[in-house]
Amino acid sequence: MTHLNELTLAEARDGLKAKDFSATDLAKAHLSAIEAARGLNAYLLETPERALQMAEVSDAKIASGEARPLEGLPLGVKDLFCTHGVITTAGSKILEGFQPHYESAVTHNLWRDGAVMLGKLNLDEFAMGSSNETSAYGDVVSPWRRAGSDTKLVPGGSSGGSAAAVAAHLCLGATATDTGGSIRQPAAFTGTVGIKPTYGRCSRWGTVAYASSLDQAGPIARTVRDCAILLGSMSGADARDTTCADLAVPDFEAAVARGVKGLTIGIPKEYRVEGMSAEIQALWDKGAAMLKDAGATIREISLPHTRYALPAYYIVAPAEASSNLARYDGVRYGLRVPGKDIAGMYENTRAAGFGREVKRRIMIGTYVLSAGYYDAYYVRAQKIRTLIKRDFEEAYASGIDAILTPATPSAAFGIGEKGSGDPVEMYLQDVFTITVNMAGLPGISVPAGLDAQGLPLGLQLIGRPFDEETLFAAAQVIETAAGRTRLPTAWWA
Amino acid sequence: MTAAVNPKKLIKGGLHDWEVVIGMEIHAQVTSRSKLFSGASTEFGGEPNDHVSLVDAAMPGMLPVINEECVAQAVRTGLGLKAQINHRSVFDRKNYFYPDLPQGYQISQFKDPIVGEGEVLVDLPEGETITVGIERLHLEQDAGKSLHDQNPTQSFVDLNRSGVALMEIVSRPDLRSSEEARAYVTKLRTILRYLGTCDGDMEKGSLRADVNVSVRKPGDPLGTRCEIKNVNSIRFIGQAIEVEARRQIAIIEDGGTISQETRLFDPGKGETRSMRSKEEAHDYRYFPDPDLLPLEFDQAYVDALAEGLPELPDAKKARFIESYGLSPYDAGVLIAERASADYFEAVAKGRDGKAAANWVINELFGRLNKEGHSIETSPVSADQLGAIVDLIGEGVISGKIAKDLFEVVWSEGGDPREIVESRGMKQVTDTGAIEAAVDEIIAKNPDKVQQAREKPTLLGWFVGQTMKATGGKANPAAVNALLKAKLGIE
Repeated sequence: MTHLNELTLAEARDGLKAKDFSATDLAKAHLSAIEAARGLNAYLLETPERALQMAEVSDAKIASGEARPLEGLPLGVKDLFCTHGVITTAGSKILEGFQPHYESAVTHNLWRDGAVMLGKLNLDEFAMGSSNETSAYGDVVSPWRRAGSDTKLVPGGSSGGSAAAVAAHLCLGATATDTGGSIRQPAAFTGTVGIKPTYGRCSRWGTVAYASSLDQAGPIARTVRDCAILLGSMSGADARDTTCADLAVPDFEAAVARGVKGLTIGIPKEYRVEGMSAEIQALWDKGAAMLKDAGATIREISLPHTRYALPAYYIVAPAEASSNLARYDGVRYGLRVPGKDIAGMYENTRAAGFGREVKRRIMIGTYVLSAGYYDAYYVRAQKIRTLIKRDFEEAYASGIDAILTPATPSAAFGIGEKGSGDPVEMYLQDVFTITVNMAGLPGISVPAGLDAQGLPLGLQLIGRPFDEETLFAAAQVIETAAGRTRLPTAWWA
Repeated sequence: MTAAVNPKKLIKGGLHDWEVVIGMEIHAQVTSRSKLFSGASTEFGGEPNDHVSLVDAAMPGMLPVINEECVAQAVRTGLGLKAQINHRSVFDRKNYFYPDLPQGYQISQFKDPIVGEGEVLVDLPEGETITVGIERLHLEQDAGKSLHDQNPTQSFVDLNRSGVALMEIVSRPDLRSSEEARAYVTKLRTILRYLGTCDGDMEKGSLRADVNVSVRKPGDPLGTRCEIKNVNSIRFIGQAIEVEARRQIAIIEDGGTISQETRLFDPGKGETRSMRSKEEAHDYRYFPDPDLLPLEFDQAYVDALAEGLPELPDAKKARFIESYGLSPYDAGVLIAERASADYFEAVAKGRDGKAAANWVINELFGRLNKEGHSIETSPVSADQLGAIVDLIGEGVISGKIAKDLFEVVWSEGGDPREIVESRGMKQVTDTGAIEAAVDEIIAKNPDKVQQAREKPTLLGWFVGQTMKATGGKANPAAVNALLKAKLGIE
């Protein structure tokens, strides 16, 4: 029998139901795996006591026949979700030691459905980054290595801890968030599945904000089905977030087996970016072929404003961030560094509390909102956003059901390899994913193969608003055709 | 407004006359049980930080949710200002750092306010009525309060007010004197109180004004303005305008120029002083709040609110003049407070309106003011006052006795009719008794009789004597008639 922590979430659910093992066994298997994998730095905080307590409750529920949908399933939580009584840092020094008195809507929903919390996962500071290297609490190391190399690779970001923990079997699934690609890019780098649902599918209440109009929670897990199961619990209407859609949650798991027969899949020609590697192009073609083989029609489409998405994103997101992060001022919670007066205290606190990338984005955001620049930057970026959204609307109106693109321009890179000189080099990581956030659409990243060095590569499927079901169906086709990615060896243990 | 310059309103400078131009931004606290974007209570007072939700304290991940009652109140106010109601408005973030502003931004409405242009009719004491243009009304959050006197080295923050809903009501620069400005605020407050959308209590800070003041020679373009921040009484508004206008005139007449700036009024010293210059002005970096969707509603929503509105001061005044035959002045006095108007109407119902107005304004209001009572705590109820008016009308008591009766009711209470009965205050209408008194006076004063026949105005002396003789209870009309007949005066 495989180790319990290596089961998929669906397998573990069925095993618990069949009483093949207990929730406590399952939790313990994960806790010891986590302990052995500390070198990956995926968990910022382990909560073993809480995990075992929750598992005990789950065992009682299972015994009494009152099992809830996620009963006894151990999960990791990206440290951007506020967890009641459990330190929440957003990967930043400025929130060091911050203990919320409330539970985020998304995690609340998971615990309501019986899931077990293993701990809090590392991330880029305030979710700003694509490699998990901006975390104030150290880099996360990917469980993946290039064939024949021991170079430490990044797991992607900002949900790097979530992706690494899922890939290394340190949880059955994890919560994550995606503002420009922060679920899909790390999922692609680690051979896991990640879905950013439609903006408004999951409540943002209690999740530390980066860019409010783009932030959206979603799961990372090892299979498409596992993602569907998790998203079903995470999402739902919430009156406390007025941008959260007042819609019933569909049975996502049921959609997984639907297939793609009769669907039309669009291939946007603008995503064939300059300098794209032959490997990525081949993967993309392969994905299209898989969908075609399963009965879908493949059609080339045009999304003409794609190339403006990245620059527009780096106006909108920092603008919102510069305002969202103003509350971290040392007055009420988190870090406070004294100063000679109130302005001095603000300056010292924020200088010491925020990292380089966060400061950079606060400055960009402050600049683009300033008098005299607002129209030239912010207003124009919003116009571009409208055009990007319209591109997608026109594609869907022409009969396209979902759009297939690469998830990332390359496989994972080494820690310290990118972005130290030019931050744009790092920002380009999100070139395929960022349009989806700008348009508020759902997007899923699914592993589709390995590159020449043995590293996982992912494909992205983009759907209509609130049509995550089609994405699960299409992603499942790719997962089935490509075969599930398996980690070579647990070298870290 | 482009009304002709009224020379009486000009301020005399050392060199020539100056016109002061005033525009106001009134911050009116919305009457609502909870805050604009959180469920926390808006109750006044309480221990510091008693009424603070996670949203008000800007904890990480907290989100604002619009309080629908505050939206309804803003729409009602817009209707009361005869203003354009915008079916779509947008909340923006106004970014700045201050310890009592937990989010680091105030949620306000910048480009697209909920209410657009309207107007307020303002009656001035000399009987003139001016129209003051309203530019806009928008909803925004109040900040908390910094407490600097609690600790020798630190300031404390009280967030009870943080997030309370305010309506900022911006007027056009249509006011031309401190008196007009005071009358405008007074009228605006009356309208808000009628609507029940703001209690107008300036002592509690429910109504504050930012006053924009500039001066110019009559006919010149607008001068450079200074904004006097946060003036919190109507009297101070008047004083602040006077001293600021004089300060500006002195500078210009000395050959200087006014620099645009924000100033504070110090009532103790009777001066305004600079708070920050235009160069130091904040760049608030307004942008639409991504946590909130645009606020949208349809005309049916507005219509339903309009239907529920009470009669407003202007309409009430017109009706009082029309239906009760009151003078515009009396009608204006009565409608200044909704409670006074209601009281008056209760007294006037089924009675002579003018008589009722006289009693309410002259006797009751005079007495209430003297004793520091409000109409709500009046010891004399509308029913009681109505009964007194009835007793006069029925000729049961004279006007003079009525004043005594009012005193009794004021201090002892009771049914006026019973009091008149039990204390023998009834007017004597029995002509026999009056005639006896009249005859006696005529008999005792033959010289006066002679004089009165030559000079009929002397009748008054006889009336006085007769009233004295009857202890004031004689019906004056009957006394008059009898005397005229007996003395042979037409």
